[in-house]
Amino acid sequence: MEVAFLIEKVVLVTVIFAISLGVAAYSTLAERKIAAFLQGRVGPHRAGWHGSLQPLADGGKMFFKEEIIPAESSAFLFILGPSLALLTACIGSAVIPWGQSIEVAGRVIELQVTDINVGILYIFGVVSLGVYGIMIGGWASNNKFSLMGAIRAASQNISYEIAMGLSLIALLMMSGTLSLKDIAAQQHGFWEGGYIWDGGYFTWNFFKQPLGFLLFIICAFAECNRTPFDLPESENELVAGYHTEYSGFKLGAYLFSEYINMFVSSAVMATLYWGGYNYPFMDLASSAFGPTLAAILGVVVLFMKIFFFIFFFMWIRWTIPRFRYDQLLHLGWKVLIPLAIANIVITGIVINIINYL
Amino acid sequence: MNQPAIIENLDRKETTTLNLGPTHPATHGVFQNVLEMDGEKIISGVSTIGYIHRAFEKIAEHRPYYQITPLTDRLNYCSSPINNMGWHMTVEKMLGIQMPKRVDYMRVIVMELARIADHLICNGILGVDTGAYTGFLYLMEQREHIYEIYEEICGARLTTNIGRIGGFERDFNDIAFQKIRKFTKDYAVALKEFQNLFDRNRIFMDRTVGVAPVTTETALNYSWTGLILRATGLDYDVRVNEPYSSYEDFDFDVPVGTTGDVYDRYILRNEEMWQSLRIIEQALDKIEKEPKGVFHANVPEIYLPPKEEVYNNMEALIYHFKIVMGEVDVPKAEVYHCVEGANGELGFYLISDGGRAPYRLHFRRPSFINYQMYAPMSRGMLLSDAIINMSSLNVIAGELDA
Repeated sequence: MEVAFLIEKVVLVTVIFAISLGVAAYSTLAERKIAAFLQGRVGPHRAGWHGSLQPLADGGKMFFKEEIIPAESSAFLFILGPSLALLTACIGSAVIPWGQSIEVAGRVIELQVTDINVGILYIFGVVSLGVYGIMIGGWASNNKFSLMGAIRAASQNISYEIAMGLSLIALLMMSGTLSLKDIAAQQHGFWEGGYIWDGGYFTWNFFKQPLGFLLFIICAFAECNRTPFDLPESENELVAGYHTEYSGFKLGAYLFSEYINMFVSSAVMATLYWGGYNYPFMDLASSAFGPTLAAILGVVVLFMKIFFFIFFFMWIRWTIPRFRYDQLLHLGWKVLIPLAIANIVITGIVINIINYL
Repeated sequence: MNQPAIIENLDRKETTTLNLGPTHPATHGVFQNVLEMDGEKIISGVSTIGYIHRAFEKIAEHRPYYQITPLTDRLNYCSSPINNMGWHMTVEKMLGIQMPKRVDYMRVIVMELARIADHLICNGILGVDTGAYTGFLYLMEQREHIYEIYEEICGARLTTNIGRIGGFERDFNDIAFQKIRKFTKDYAVALKEFQNLFDRNRIFMDRTVGVAPVTTETALNYSWTGLILRATGLDYDVRVNEPYSSYEDFDFDVPVGTTGDVYDRYILRNEEMWQSLRIIEQALDKIEKEPKGVFHANVPEIYLPPKEEVYNNMEALIYHFKIVMGEVDVPKAEVYHCVEGANGELGFYLISDGGRAPYRLHFRRPSFINYQMYAPMSRGMLLSDAIINMSSLNVIAGELDA
């Protein structure tokens, strides 16, 4: 392995890590600002210009707070819980293609940490591990509210992972690959094949799989434990759910992992269904500005899509109530899974008809 | 009181005891429920109250009548003016004082504002407990305007101590009238927005429709009154059945529900707020037709004279002294007076032996009586349902414990 390759990857990993954390930190500010906007308030505006330093202040506060480990809890697991949550949240972004390859000093750099051929499965694996952080933390707290939150989180995540996986199968049937890089590349541009009467079509998967996207976004809400699926930490019922006993930086780790999860799932949604780094007239842009600049524009476009989804997450959170436990499972098992299976069947039939023609 | 709750007819003993309260976010106030849980399901529960018991009924036996008003503030602190007015009317009933119409209408305005303030908190909190915070703040902003009106009328916001026995301490000023007029317009907009957010919201309806239904019979057996009784389908409203403070002059509807579930109570609260707005507007129009500047009854032996009178007039000085020292002549009497409080019939049972303080004063506190049914009701419910049921019963801790 050559040194340049190693340096390139280390730099890329560091940058992506920093961006993930930065976006997560500023998501907390965005959340509060958006909540304030929707509720007719001002929101944080003391630290820095319009509260722009608020995340730093919050983070600093978290660091300097006293670490409390409850007397009857299991100290090792109590620390392991938030660590695991933060770790699994951070490693999910490794397979996301952030843009087309760019050329720096005669060297082609892929804007993706690694292109494993089972990218989607990797993301699923990481997301499923995420629930362990919550479960271990809730269990180790030795608090009934935490335990109930942890149990809710476990059953919710397991139920919705099935629906999420099934909703993706239809997409995979069309793309024929599990690699996120290939899926993003297939959605090149925005419109392909000339006029509509010449067989032109939208390249983005959303237009081919609208139902699949709807199912996927609902499941993404559930996986991120966001309203209307925020039962694990429903503050009016379970005080603070699984992190009732946590304070200081360990609490910060849980809250942070929630926002990083939101960032990663927004990125996955954008990549799988909304064309990832692709944007209309990208071939024109490529010939006008050169491939590197066009690729950087693609990165900007991807981030705009991600920020839109993060905004959407928050918009929903501050608008609608949350489900009850049984209604949540009812929705997962009796509505989403049958719909996902129906989507698979329909997709299969349509693919066969097209192939036959 | 950490005694385990009673477990009946349970084969498996794999249950958990969960202490809901006294400082749980869902118990809006300080009271406790010891619940025996099977997973998320409540098997049985025991309610514990008394965490903020302040012995008001006993304190009242040692205070002159006018000093009891501040105690009533602290019963249902979401709608203090109703308590104040109820107490003033009780004493006036005992003394046999008739109020001028204008004072009655002013009282109606204050009481209806308080009813709106209470209902909007309750419905807003119901939204918060189901997980939607935004609607609560839409209404909370309007409560701020109600408090500004209180401030304009009496100077205080939460524990208002509005009015005196025999009328008001001062007339409503022009700013107060302007603010009330403005509020009736603004609130209609805010309430409409709130209702748009919740009334037909699929998730909200799933959460509330059919949750904790109550039949009229059960409600009557537990002496429920007020809105939660009307939600079961019985149209009992003290304002209509035993009109006080000239409520008979007003034209308003008493909304009635059918099933008595959480959703019915929610809808009814909204509807009552619309009716309250109607009443306030009518009262404002009626006040304009009454002679200006009348804000108390002509009862010098009960009502404090103005300061310039006290300094320049012998009789006024004597009355001032007697009233402040609590040496007002009161008859031997036994009165019960009730008003339609925000969450039920708020009654004052007063026995006087002719002394400076009541011989016995009992507050009929609707929260206390309504809450008795909470533990039996919760049996077999899910925890989430029990919590929204609690918030829609509108239990105010200050009223739970006198």
